[in-house]
Amino acid sequence: MRPLTPRRLLSVCAVLAGILFVTVVLSLRLGAYSISSGDIVMTLINRVIGRTNQIPSEFNLVVFGLRLPRIALGILVGASLSVAGAGFQALLRNPLADPYVLGVSSGAALGAILSLSLAPHSPLAMQGAAFLGAAGTIAAVYFLGRRGGQLDSSTLLLAGIISASFLSAIISFLMTTLAGRDLRGMAFWLMGDLSSAPPADPGRWFGWLFFVFFIAAGAIYTTASDLNLILTGEEEARHLGVHVGRVKLVVYVSASLLTGLAVSVSGSIGYVGLLVPHVIRMIFGSDYRLLIPATAIGGAIAIVFADTLARMVVAPTELPVGAMTALAGAPVFIYLLRRRMR
Amino acid sequence: MSGAADSARPGAGSSSGSGSFPPGSGQNPARVLVEQATYAYAATDRDAPEFTLGPISFEGDRREVISILGPNASGKSTMLKLLAGVLKPLSGRVQIDGSDASELDPRVRAQRVALVQQESALLFPLRVWEYVLQGRYPYGRRLRFQSAQDCRMAENALLQVGADDLRDRWMEQLSGGEKQRVILARSLAQEPALLLLDEPTQHLDIGGKVELLRRLRRLADENRFTVIVVTHELNLAAEFSDRIVLLHKGKCMRTGEPTEVYQRDLLEQVFQAPLEVHLSVTGKPRVLVRDPDIAAARPGWTIDPN
Repeated sequence: MRPLTPRRLLSVCAVLAGILFVTVVLSLRLGAYSISSGDIVMTLINRVIGRTNQIPSEFNLVVFGLRLPRIALGILVGASLSVAGAGFQALLRNPLADPYVLGVSSGAALGAILSLSLAPHSPLAMQGAAFLGAAGTIAAVYFLGRRGGQLDSSTLLLAGIISASFLSAIISFLMTTLAGRDLRGMAFWLMGDLSSAPPADPGRWFGWLFFVFFIAAGAIYTTASDLNLILTGEEEARHLGVHVGRVKLVVYVSASLLTGLAVSVSGSIGYVGLLVPHVIRMIFGSDYRLLIPATAIGGAIAIVFADTLARMVVAPTELPVGAMTALAGAPVFIYLLRRRMR
Repeated sequence: MSGAADSARPGAGSSSGSGSFPPGSGQNPARVLVEQATYAYAATDRDAPEFTLGPISFEGDRREVISILGPNASGKSTMLKLLAGVLKPLSGRVQIDGSDASELDPRVRAQRVALVQQESALLFPLRVWEYVLQGRYPYGRRLRFQSAQDCRMAENALLQVGADDLRDRWMEQLSGGEKQRVILARSLAQEPALLLLDEPTQHLDIGGKVELLRRLRRLADENRFTVIVVTHELNLAAEFSDRIVLLHKGKCMRTGEPTEVYQRDLLEQVFQAPLEVHLSVTGKPRVLVRDPDIAAARPGWTIDPN
């Protein structure tokens, strides 16, 4: 009997953070303009200790102007989507739940597009609208997925997939009729992409985004031990003293917020929320107290890695990162689905 | 093992040892008190209720095993939910250690009442020890990292049900009987004052049934808690229970010791079957199915000389 200890939790997170750092350095050096790993690390150290005048100007532009913002975005999006996926899996008691598969990302994308065309210049309106789109979609999918008062696994997945395709159709319609406005491309909203230019003040912008991320992910994390019991059985969890309704509300709002956050800055990147929690579960077990932080870092690694590949494989052009995650994620989804059917 | 069970309940025996107060003095309330409790289900608030339960009254004390018997749809599960505090009685009282079960905070309630149900399908694989440790949830704080004490309690619980060798197995690999024991162990890890079991013998063979009920009898003594079992096993209930609560169509037909409740006319009326009741050598009632043809041919079991 060796229950999870804070020490094991921290060491796992430290190892994953190390892997994330290596991935970030790799991602910083790879690309059209090649910089050696040593130079990358020196540049980062100089920046941190404030000796910015020691950094060559082209390094400054490539590393801090182009690549690092994109990597930061990747970390935010990967962590958000993965934690949201793990949250939805517990909330819906369905191991195949994922913001993209369930149509939640499409709902968030629709909300973001509507806010862009209605109120284009208010800064956090898009995030708010994406959150409302995500929350509305998951509520609809939840009620469509019930059969005889019970949440039915296959019905739920079907409801999600149908919602996703319905919402994508509306998105395509809007993109075509609202052409000419600055709404970004259709590929961005339907596939997901990290290549959008950061706003004028990236530090402040990322500060806000990460602030929202930590609030929402932290809220889910406070329910981690409740989720462990809910996964064993909702009725049983209630008898063991879990405030099931309260926990579900927290996870519902926070996971929708995380999805909205990710989609508003990167479009609908698929399958991360499915893939990452499963890999983490296979390695570290399904204790949510460990799963949530490990999944957040793992999701960051996955997206930064996938985006680096997306920049590399067909250079000098780029693939949208969503294409990379779908290439990896869809087969895994099929595999998990078939294993469950047996 | 019994020493561990003693330490499991701080303050047990200090306040309400059964001999310390004269019965009925009001200072020594029964551990479980059901007083004129009723409940009703209706399709909507305005409709007439489709099913009414009660009024039911009975008491349960430490070390007592009480069986709730009755045919299907007699209100047994509703009674169990009232005891578990998930339903609030329409009138009357259901109290555990002097407080209303439905009014307790879920966490506090889980420290007093444990419910063993048929297990639900697990979503992700879980080790037996992880499952049993879940029983310590009501005692944890925030992220609930389990302490060494929690692990000891879980180990003891596994020992008490004779499942310590299953500790590192996966839940999904267990047989029906093994799983039943592990679920029971998780409930013991809750250190309840009241242990409720919903048809625990359902998927067990006769050997498993006897073993489980014998174990419950022993646990009630060792852990000094009250055990209330919903079951269909008339004979095993008579063998192992101190008290029987007999329900029929939501009405409480009779409560009392097995010999008081096991009356032929009453059982036949409730279960709608030709039955006969004998007393075994130990004085426990035994219920047999009566063959109406033989009974007609040999009234009163006297041998016809012709």
